Amino acid sequence: MAQFVKKDDDLDGEAEYSPFLGIEKGAVLQEARVFNDPQLDPRRCSQVITKLLYLLNQGESFTKFEATDVFFAVTKLFQSRDLGLRRMVYLIIKELSPSSDEVIIVTSSLMKDMNSKTDMYRANAIRVLCRIVDGTLLTQIERYLKQAIVDKNPVVASAALVSGIHLLQTNPEIVKRWSNEVQEAVQSRAALVQFHALALLHQVRQNDRLAVSKLVTSLTKGTVRSPLAQCLLIRYTSQVIRESGMNQAGDRPFYDYLESCLRHKAEMVIFEAARAITELSGVTSRELTPAITVLQLFLTSSKPVLRFAAVRTLNKVAMTHPLAVTNCNIDMESLISDQNRSIATLAITTLLKTGNESSVDRLMKQITNFMSDIADEFKIVVVEAIRSLCLKFPLKYKSLMNFLSNILREEGGFEYKKAIVDSIVIFIREIPDAKESGLLHLCEFIEDCEFTYLSTQILHFLGIEGPKTSDPSKYIRYIYNRVILENATVRASAVSTLAKFGAMVDPLKPRIFILLRRCLFDSDDEVRDRATLYLNTLGGDGSVVETDKDVKEFLFGSLDVPLVNLETSLKNYEPSEEPFDIYSVPKEVKSQQHVEKKSQTKKPSGLGAPLPAPTSTTDAYEKLLSSIPEFSNFGKLFKSSTPVELTEAETEYAVNAVKHIFDGHVVFQYNCTNTIPEQLLENVSVIVDASEAEEFSEVAIKPIRSLPYDSPGQTFVAFEKPVGVTSFGRFSNTLKFIVKEVDTSSGEAEDDGVEDEYQLEDLEVVAADYILKVGVSNFKNAWESLDPDCERVDEYGLGPRETLAEAITVVTNLLGMQPCEGTEVVPKNARSHTCLLSGIYIGNFKVLVRVSFGFDGPKEVAMKLAVRSDDISVSEAIHEIVASG
Amino acid sequence: MQLSNDVVMELQENCPSVKNLLLLDSEGKRVAVKYYSDDWPTNQSKLAFEKSLFAKTQKTNARTEAEITLFDENVVVYKFVEDLHFFVTGGDDENELILASVLNGFFEAVTVLLRSSVDQREALTNMDLIFLCIDEIIDGGLILETDGTTIAGKVASHTIDEGAPLSEQTITQALAAAREHFTRSLLR
Repeated sequence: MAQFVKKDDDLDGEAEYSPFLGIEKGAVLQEARVFNDPQLDPRRCSQVITKLLYLLNQGESFTKFEATDVFFAVTKLFQSRDLGLRRMVYLIIKELSPSSDEVIIVTSSLMKDMNSKTDMYRANAIRVLCRIVDGTLLTQIERYLKQAIVDKNPVVASAALVSGIHLLQTNPEIVKRWSNEVQEAVQSRAALVQFHALALLHQVRQNDRLAVSKLVTSLTKGTVRSPLAQCLLIRYTSQVIRESGMNQAGDRPFYDYLESCLRHKAEMVIFEAARAITELSGVTSRELTPAITVLQLFLTSSKPVLRFAAVRTLNKVAMTHPLAVTNCNIDMESLISDQNRSIATLAITTLLKTGNESSVDRLMKQITNFMSDIADEFKIVVVEAIRSLCLKFPLKYKSLMNFLSNILREEGGFEYKKAIVDSIVIFIREIPDAKESGLLHLCEFIEDCEFTYLSTQILHFLGIEGPKTSDPSKYIRYIYNRVILENATVRASAVSTLAKFGAMVDPLKPRIFILLRRCLFDSDDEVRDRATLYLNTLGGDGSVVETDKDVKEFLFGSLDVPLVNLETSLKNYEPSEEPFDIYSVPKEVKSQQHVEKKSQTKKPSGLGAPLPAPTSTTDAYEKLLSSIPEFSNFGKLFKSSTPVELTEAETEYAVNAVKHIFDGHVVFQYNCTNTIPEQLLENVSVIVDASEAEEFSEVAIKPIRSLPYDSPGQTFVAFEKPVGVTSFGRFSNTLKFIVKEVDTSSGEAEDDGVEDEYQLEDLEVVAADYILKVGVSNFKNAWESLDPDCERVDEYGLGPRETLAEAITVVTNLLGMQPCEGTEVVPKNARSHTCLLSGIYIGNFKVLVRVSFGFDGPKEVAMKLAVRSDDISVSEAIHEIVASG
Repeated sequence: MQLSNDVVMELQENCPSVKNLLLLDSEGKRVAVKYYSDDWPTNQSKLAFEKSLFAKTQKTNARTEAEITLFDENVVVYKFVEDLHFFVTGGDDENELILASVLNGFFEAVTVLLRSSVDQREALTNMDLIFLCIDEIIDGGLILETDGTTIAGKVASHTIDEGAPLSEQTITQALAAAREHFTRSLLR
């Protein structure tokens, strides 16, 4: 009863003040008839328009007929001189967005208003008109718009400029003619006019790099008054910096301007400049310092927005320059208790990135308290930060792993649990010492896991890793418990996992058999089928599979067809007498983009990727290459480089190349995209001139038969090279193809084509292509485990270098090796530094490098390079690379 | 086609832009909203965005200072007064302080316009002013004006068109106009 009374009260309360209570579209449309009255009542008309706008705003939509009706009625209201009503008329016209044949009716009224003496009319009429005009009408009013841009009333000028920015997208050729007026408006005294003019001017000129550079040069010297315009100028300046690079003196052009903006009085300008500096490519710590200092001040601001902006930027800086941010650590730590949880999470993750090995334990304690009162989305961020922290300090895996297993037991949604499980899986894979304890944590988790997906993934992972541990038998209990307690999906994967243990661990085989036989009585088909299949393969008389090797291949081998293709083939298969033939599934991966997409989604999920492959991208490449018969006898793929761009951006044909290195062969994969809709390319191949690469001889070319617009294709060229030798060389490339004109309306290509060529950039095979980036978790142990007799030490001068960090980058890139334990980061003001690198040299030789850098006189960097590897000749080869590079 | 996409991207990259302005009531329902981006193509998706944003932010204290959060890869700044909830959404990469200045302009302008009491009742009674106010802050995602008083001034200039012939004016309006004309000539 009390409930009812309260409800009535509420209703009354609302009825009292809401003019829109019980508002209904039909009734309001009826009311709109007042627009047609001969004696207009401006106040009443305004009210009706407000109601119409309210309806639209609440998500109500008008039919075409209703909208047209209202629009025509509204046009009558131009008769009234009431300013308030006119404003509402402008608004509703914009909301109704009339069609081009209706627009005609209001254009004359609007053009009259555009030339009115009342500034408010002029400004608003311009905005409305520009919203609804088409190209032909625009040429008619162009003259007035140009005048409006330089109008002395700032509201009018801004209206014209902002409309210009919108129109630039539909009628660029017209707006580009207004340059002179816009240029004049940039000098305006009114802050916002200057801002709008600058935005438009830049957009008109943005494709002309020289013009933009000139614009920036002149404005950075002058005085731009408006803070918003200043922010724009900072953005344009960083764009110019990005495109120009360092000048001879090693100074960055315009850096001084950015730095001076840090002392601006408006906070938004200070922040924009600080952020721009932190995002400069290859920013030095000297350049960073002033930006970090102002951001640090923001951290203690009373305004949450400022604290958030600052901590978010510092968080990004911490990824690349952790040491530059350590000065802010004390302020960061106090932010952990910030009321705003976004700020607190960003602070925590920043601390995790900048922390050193000794502070890990203290941080984890603070985080434990923090985790209980934040939402899942923040927790995921923290888990990811902990993951990278652990990979940086593998020795700390114990406390970090414990932390993860603790939070794994607490409440949480799927995404959060998945993030934790993925992290543990990565630890197990990357840190050998963490394997056993990690697997046990996962086993405990599936005892009480509500997510079928996670249970099956963990069981699969357990099947691969478990048998390789010192005591595989201890996992059997956990797995078999799943068979007893879980749903059918989990039971089925538990059966598969049991079978894997049976195949790998002979002593366990009889016991596994007993367990599998019990599964034969399961209530679910799939579980019974799997159990039967595995019992026959493992313990069979040779009728199903012949050798032990076949069993393992069957259980652990990966499917050699792309899953998508298999899925399509299975869908197309119609049940009949003829069994489904897996060899009929096409092996070719549809398009390169698809592969990349797949590998991207795969990467973050630690469980999804098959284990034996070093990375999933390589895996995808491997499948692609092995599906091409010409390359099938090249053996195992050693390394695939990242794609190298062979064309400039925005050219007719976009081509990049991937270098695939085999023991005795090199395959270049050219990914080509045709960016011209009017062309179809056929028989596309790359003609490679290998005259500057003596040890290579071309053995095969695989052209693209047809390359339509915007659908990427791959052509390959294969070379033979001496086995086991690291051969280098430079290759010049020419794209060769047949062009056919395409009628874009029908999409059909002409029959006759013309042969054409297109010059591409050169491609080089360098030392780094023969070394795999593979990290080691404990460099010291790994170093000592290699034979000291295989060590080679030498000293080199690196010539003048600005910083040690630069020297490190040069050497790391030259060798293509993985920096370990965070040693690629140089402490601030350090005069010397040691960097640890690791990798795998072609032929599967482990290589470890210890490089000590130091300044030898002013700006001269000297380095001492110590190399250990499995084979003395490899150590010498590394020195040769450095000596010649 | 290719070109226009590039232009849109450049626009987003270079010019500060706003994806939406929201004014919600104490239950997260719409008072007035305006969207400038295609991120939410249907009314359903807009309502869903408003609902989850409100749920996420309502427990926070955004009454003395504007608050901020990351939401669905967007930066949202917001401020509450009485039973009105102001939100401004921008892209992930937008300068947070620029968005805050838009929010501040929005908030101040509404405060000036609603004078007596800034609450939902007053906002509903003066809905026309709220719509005009939003229209004067952002035009198609671009910032028109961020100063609250200036925005309110543009909205509230409800005087009669001076260019109108006298015959169309009422006596009182004519008198007011005459008085103003007279004062101006005196001041000169």
